[in-house]
Amino acid sequence: MTLVKTSIGRRSFIRTTGLAGGGLVLGFSWLASCKGKTEAQVMQMPKEWFDINGFLKVGENGLVTIMSPNPEIGQNIKTAMPMIVAEELDIDWNNVLVEQAPLNTAIFTRQLAGGSQSIRQGWEGLRMAGATARHMLKTAAAEAWQVPIDEITTSPGMLHHEASGKQAGYGDMASAASQLDIPEEVELKDNDTFSIVGTDRKNVDGPKIVTGKPLFGLDVYEEGMLTAMIIHPPAFGMTFTSMDADAAKAMPGIKDVFLVDVYPEGVEKQWSDGGGIPQLVAIVGESTWQCIQAKKAVKVQWEKSGTLEDSDYHEAALTEMLDTPVEAPARADGDVAAAFKKAAKVIERTYSAPFLAHNTMEPMNFYAHVTPDMAVLNGPIQTPEFLEKTVAARLDMPLEKIDVQMTRMGGGFGRRLYGHFGVEAAVISQKMNAPIKLVYTREDDMTQGTYRPAYKVRYKAGLDEAGNLIAWHVKGVGTNDDLIFENRFPAGAVDNYLAEKHNLTSNVTTGAWRAPRSNFIAGAEQSFMDEVAEASGKDPIDFRLELFDRAMTNPVGDPEKNDYDPARYAGVLKLAREKSGWDGGTNKNRGVSAYYCHNSYVAQVLDLTMDGNKPMVDKVWCAVDCGIVINPISAKNQVEGGIVDGIGHATYSQLTFVDGVPQQKNYDTYQLIRGAEAPKEVETFFVDNGIDPTGLGEPSLPPISGALANAMYKATGRRYYQQPYILQKPIVG
Amino acid sequence: MATFTLNINGESREIDVDPNTPILWVLRDHLNLVGTKYGCGIAQCGACTVHLEGTAVRSCMLTVSSVGNQKITTIEGLSENGDHPVQKAWLEVDVPQCGYCQAGQIMTASAFLEKNPNPTDEEIEMAMNGNICRCGTYIRIKKAVKIAANTNNA
Ligand code: FES
Ligand code: FES
Repeated sequence: MTLVKTSIGRRSFIRTTGLAGGGLVLGFSWLASCKGKTEAQVMQMPKEWFDINGFLKVGENGLVTIMSPNPEIGQNIKTAMPMIVAEELDIDWNNVLVEQAPLNTAIFTRQLAGGSQSIRQGWEGLRMAGATARHMLKTAAAEAWQVPIDEITTSPGMLHHEASGKQAGYGDMASAASQLDIPEEVELKDNDTFSIVGTDRKNVDGPKIVTGKPLFGLDVYEEGMLTAMIIHPPAFGMTFTSMDADAAKAMPGIKDVFLVDVYPEGVEKQWSDGGGIPQLVAIVGESTWQCIQAKKAVKVQWEKSGTLEDSDYHEAALTEMLDTPVEAPARADGDVAAAFKKAAKVIERTYSAPFLAHNTMEPMNFYAHVTPDMAVLNGPIQTPEFLEKTVAARLDMPLEKIDVQMTRMGGGFGRRLYGHFGVEAAVISQKMNAPIKLVYTREDDMTQGTYRPAYKVRYKAGLDEAGNLIAWHVKGVGTNDDLIFENRFPAGAVDNYLAEKHNLTSNVTTGAWRAPRSNFIAGAEQSFMDEVAEASGKDPIDFRLELFDRAMTNPVGDPEKNDYDPARYAGVLKLAREKSGWDGGTNKNRGVSAYYCHNSYVAQVLDLTMDGNKPMVDKVWCAVDCGIVINPISAKNQVEGGIVDGIGHATYSQLTFVDGVPQQKNYDTYQLIRGAEAPKEVETFFVDNGIDPTGLGEPSLPPISGALANAMYKATGRRYYQQPYILQKPIVG
Repeated sequence: MATFTLNINGESREIDVDPNTPILWVLRDHLNLVGTKYGCGIAQCGACTVHLEGTAVRSCMLTVSSVGNQKITTIEGLSENGDHPVQKAWLEVDVPQCGYCQAGQIMTASAFLEKNPNPTDEEIEMAMNGNICRCGTYIRIKKAVKIAANTNNA
C-alpha cells in the first residue's frame, strides 16, 4: 500500500469543482506525481504539474466519466486511462466512460500526444484521482451511517458496512461526497492487487470503428459548411507569383479561388507551425469533388526563391559533413585515436536513410468557422493549445475567443504535432465568412510534409586481440537534425568513446516522425554492432551482454550521464534470447537487435526467408520492458504495429527530390508495406517488474530494422547499409 | 449536373451531381455516409472499399454515372447491428489502432469471404493485399479474417 499526498504546501493536485451539477466532480492534475518527493524537490516541480486539467465525475447514476485532456491518435489511451481510474476507484470498468475534454484554456491545460508519454504522465495522476474519489465516497458513507471510515469497504461500485449490513451504490453517496474536503493523503492499491490494470480490455471505440461511425476530422460535416482545398508550391524553394483562376472560378459549385497569406510578416511562427507555407492558393466550393476538379484548372505561376535541392545533393552534402571535423565532440571518453592505433581490428561502416513522409491514412484536414466573435475549430491535432495560440495571433483575436476541439485522428506518427493546416482553415474561413472544412488530397499531404529527415551515420570500432571492444566512434548528421544521442549505449560501456554530430540545413521541412532519430539510428547501430560482434568471434547476444555488464559493474565516465539502465537493457535481451530459443547465432536466417528509447527497452529476434531480394519475415520474438502494462491486448497491438512500421519503412519507403520537387506523390509511387509483406507472426513478452509504466507507441519500431538487416545478412551474406533495403545497390568490393 | 437514383444499403437515394463524381464523394458529401474513407483517390489503398453487387470495389474510382441500379453496400449497411461475422471477428481480435482504414478492410474481407468461405492463408493474404493499414495491424487483420471464415462455416 502506498500513501500519496494530494497536495504539497498550499498547492493541490486535486479539487472539487462545480463543473457539472449533481454527483461528485473532481478536477485533478494529469501530471501529478509527488510520490517520494522531498520538500526541496517539490519546490522545483514545474507549475504545470499542479494545473487542473483532467476531470472525474461520479454521477448519481453510478456512472463514472473521465474527461481526458489527451487526444487519441490510435495508441488506445482512451481505453487504458479509464482502466487506471477504475482500478483505484474500485468500479466495474464497463461503467467508466471517457470523453474528450474540449480545449478551454481557462480550465484545462492540454498535454500533447507525442513521445509515448500519455500513460507515463497520466499514471499517478489518474490513480490519485480514482483513489481520492473512492476515499471521499467512503467518508460520505461513514458520515451517513455514523460509523468509522475504516469499517467501510468497497466492492465494484458499492460501499459496504459489514457489521450493520448497510450498503449503498457510489451514485447514492456521490452528491454528499462532493461536499467534503479533499483528503490530504490517499492510499493507492498495491500492484499485486490490481484486477483491471494488467488485464485485456478491448478498444472502447471498437464498435464505432467497425460500423463506420463518424469519428475522424474528415467526418466533420456542419450545416452550411463549404469545402476548401489548397495548392501549395510544387517545390521546396519556390513561392507564389501570380495565378489565373478565371476558369476555375466559373466551374460548378466553386465559390472562390484566392491567395491566402497564412503566415504574413509579423505573425510569429511557433515550432508547432513547422511545415507551414506562408502563401497558398485556396479553392473553396460546395463539395470535395468540385474542388478537386477546380484545383486542376487553376494556373499558378511560381518562382524560385531558394535552392532547389535534389536527392543527389542531399546524399553528397551529408557525406561531406561526415568528412568535416566538428567544433567540439558531443561526448568523448578516453582516447579513441590512440585506441584505434593499437587495435587488432578496426571496422568502419556508413549507414544512410532517406526522407520519409508520415502518410497518416487520414490526410491533413481541419474544420473552421470564424466569425467576428468567435473562432471555432475542430479536427485531428496533437497540439491544440499551440494551434489556439497561432490562430489567435494570426486572426488578431483574443485567446478566449478561439475554441479548438479535437476529433479522433486517423494516425499521427508525429505529423499532427504541426498544425499549420488548422491555421490555414481558420484564415480561409475568415475570408469566406463561412464554415469550411479544409481537405488535403493525398498528393497535397505527401508533398507538403514535416518529413523524417534524411540521415547518414558513420561508425568505427576497434577490437583488441581478444575480441574486446576498446574503441567506438560515431559521427552522425541529418537534414535539420543532428541524429546522435551521445549518452545512449554503448556510451559508458567502452573505454574510448567519441560521439560527434553535424546538422545539415535544408529547406525541405522536417519534423518529428514516430520515434524521432531513434527510428534510424537504432537500426544502424544494431547492424554495426552485429558486424563488430562477428569480427570479435563472439555470439552477438553475448557480445552485447558483455558491454551491458561493463556499463553496470564498471561504467566509463559519469554513470549518471548515461541515458539507459544497462540491467533493464540486458533483461530484455536475455528474455528475447530465451523465448526465441536463440542458437548462438548459427541459424541461417535469424537476426537480433535491442534498443532503448522513450523510457522503454526492447529486444527482438527475427526469423525470415528471402523471396528474391524481398525479406519475408516468418516470426519476431519481441521482449519489452515498459514497466507495468496497463492493457496487454492493446499494448501488443502497439508493439506489432511498430514492428510492421519499422520493417516497412526500412525495406520499402523513401521520398526523393528532383529540383526541390518530391518525386513520390501518392501510393502508386510511394511504397508502403502491405499485408503480405508483414511478419507472419509477432510474439510479444513483457518484463514483469512493477515499475511505473512508460511509453509503447514508439519503442518497438527503432530496433527492428537492425534485427531485419542482421537476419538478411545471415540469409544472403550481404550487409545492408542503405535504407530502403530493397533498393540498396549491391556494394562492390 | 445530372440526377441519379442509387440503390444504397437497400434504400433508393436520389442525388444531383456531376456524372463523373466518384461514389466515394457522393456517399460522403451528399448522403452523409462517412464510414467509407478517402485515403488516396487513385485505387491504391482500399480505404474507400464498398460492395457493388457483392463485389469489393474502390469507390474513389467508381463514377456515379457508371453504377446504374446496381446495389451498393457500405460499411453502414453491412449489418444492421454491427454483428456481421467479420465485424464480430474484428472486435474479438481487437484489430483497430487509429481505425481509419478498418471500414475498407472489413468491406474487402466480407466480400472475399462471401466468394471464398474456406480460404487458405495465402488466399487471405492475396485478397487483403490491396488494403493499406498505416498503423500496421496486418497480423490481426489476417487473424480476424480467419476467425470470421471459421464462424461462417460453423
Ligand atoms: S481512396 Fe480509394 S483506394 Fe484509396
Ligand atoms: S488502423 Fe490506422 S490505418 Fe489501419
